Amino acid sequence: MAEKIATRQAYGEALAELGEKYNFVVLDADLAAATKTGIFKKKFPNRHFDCGIAEGNMMSVAAGLAAAGKIPFVSSFAMFAAGRAFEQIRNSIGYPQLNVKIGATHAGITVGEDGATHQCNEDIALMRAIPGMTVINPADAVEARAAVEAALHFDGPVYLRFGRYAVPVINDKNTYKFELGKGVQLREGSDVTIIATGIMVDMANTAAEMLQAEGISARVINIHTIKPLDREIVLKAAKETGAIVTAEEHSIIGGLGAAVAETVCEGYPVPVLRVGVNDVFGRSGSVPALLEAYGLTPANIVEKAKQVIALKK
Amino acid sequence: MERAKKQQLAKIAAQMRLDILDQVHAAGCGHPGGSLSIADIMAYLYFSEMTVDPADPAMASRDRFVLSKGHTAPALYAALAEKGFFPKEELLGLRKIHSFLQGHPDMKNIPGVDMSTGSLGLGVSAACGMALAAKLDGRDYRTYTMLGDGESEEGQVWEAMMFAAHYKLDNLVVMIDWNGLQIDGPVTEIMNPTPHDKKLEAFGFHVMVVDGHDFDEIEKAFEKAKTVKGKPTAIIFKTVKGKGVSFMENQVNWHGVAPNDEQYEIAVAEIKAKAKI
Repeated sequence: MAEKIATRQAYGEALAELGEKYNFVVLDADLAAATKTGIFKKKFPNRHFDCGIAEGNMMSVAAGLAAAGKIPFVSSFAMFAAGRAFEQIRNSIGYPQLNVKIGATHAGITVGEDGATHQCNEDIALMRAIPGMTVINPADAVEARAAVEAALHFDGPVYLRFGRYAVPVINDKNTYKFELGKGVQLREGSDVTIIATGIMVDMANTAAEMLQAEGISARVINIHTIKPLDREIVLKAAKETGAIVTAEEHSIIGGLGAAVAETVCEGYPVPVLRVGVNDVFGRSGSVPALLEAYGLTPANIVEKAKQVIALKK
Repeated sequence: MERAKKQQLAKIAAQMRLDILDQVHAAGCGHPGGSLSIADIMAYLYFSEMTVDPADPAMASRDRFVLSKGHTAPALYAALAEKGFFPKEELLGLRKIHSFLQGHPDMKNIPGVDMSTGSLGLGVSAACGMALAAKLDGRDYRTYTMLGDGESEEGQVWEAMMFAAHYKLDNLVVMIDWNGLQIDGPVTEIMNPTPHDKKLEAFGFHVMVVDGHDFDEIEKAFEKAKTVKGKPTAIIFKTVKGKGVSFMENQVNWHGVAPNDEQYEIAVAEIKAKAKI
């Protein structure tokens, strides 16, 4: 059984580790214990600024810091970063293309018991719509740590999406290489491709094994960078397997599924079906119960894979 | 203030008012009222107060200015052009498709603009970020931001005020252009944000209320601000919307309308006659 770590934990630890070598600053909005920027704060109290429960101000403050040459990492829950402060991100950070890194935690349905008001299933859609915004959704702790470092070295606004819930570590920290904007093929296959992001990547691997047992060969691709999307790996999958299932812990509107569908439609049309939160709000519950209730399981991916294969001409 | 300096600033402000009218008239749209109301303050900022270098707009040690009320960009552009950040002829391109002079300030493409603004309520926060960066980097530059009176109805403005006081940003000066009018009517009738002085004091600012068209008072306020330690400064400038053009003064309908050819000629003649230029 693989070790389980929440990507937010990896985020906080990455900040604390990278903070030794790089002189960035971290802002939080009264959630440092939850977003895990508190780990950085403990080590570098003079470079961590709590902005209080005022996310809009925090984003524009970060813009000012970046305009004056600093590199700010800004954290809150995805709902209050991408959601509450959308306009500040769009106008203060996005429009001037300022070098701000938004580390949004508690994204998606796996917030769990807090329920719908805190379960942001729209953040990828919102951030992806901002010109010049890079959007990263790591699959595990190893990828999350690498993504933080890549974002730090990248000049421009980056949205990093992290989860609350501990998920299996699927990458090897000793050999893992993160390349911004590049999809990762995890498994070869010829009948269908499962393109997954975030916590759904591990489930995509499981689904592929389940399909294999039924004699269906499924390719698995991990898309950690949703924008800019790796068009090449997506179109290659469309050409070579003729059918695609996307899987994300996000609304089926505007996220990975939408990005893949847009790319495939314009580049090499083949059937695409999406696994995701199906245009509904979440609710309170345990994470396993929620994943089951909202159709975010390996079994759901398997079902959609069979459906999409049936749609092949 | 010495008489010669005052005369020089008055001349610059008059020239800026002409440039504001030129821009808005050429564009056929824009915001003359709130641009004219801050012309004297902008003249003082760029020609007496701030350390900036048109030859090196990105100079790390420069003072920063954030025009939070970004719709009055013509006043900022007039100051920047007068200072030499870009040629005056460019002003006539305001709001036109091939010009770099956007309807609202764009830091990426306009030399001398320190922050992109336009959506109200965001500028004070950005200025706080700059002031905090100065402290972190041990630099002594100062950050100035100009807020509209109507703009102070935005909640984020007060989040930013809290932040400025909490982090003791004594290198920050928040200015409010109190001309009393916003698009829909008198500020106190639309959504009364007063009393600014008492509110800002309660938020932890050193507050001054001064005449925004009197260079002696403007100078005194900025000089005093430099002596304030441990807290940010707010200067509430009492101004006249449309200042300098008789038919625009205190008229809310001149908030966001360009003068036609005839009105433009009258306005220009008035400013020239008064300034003897």
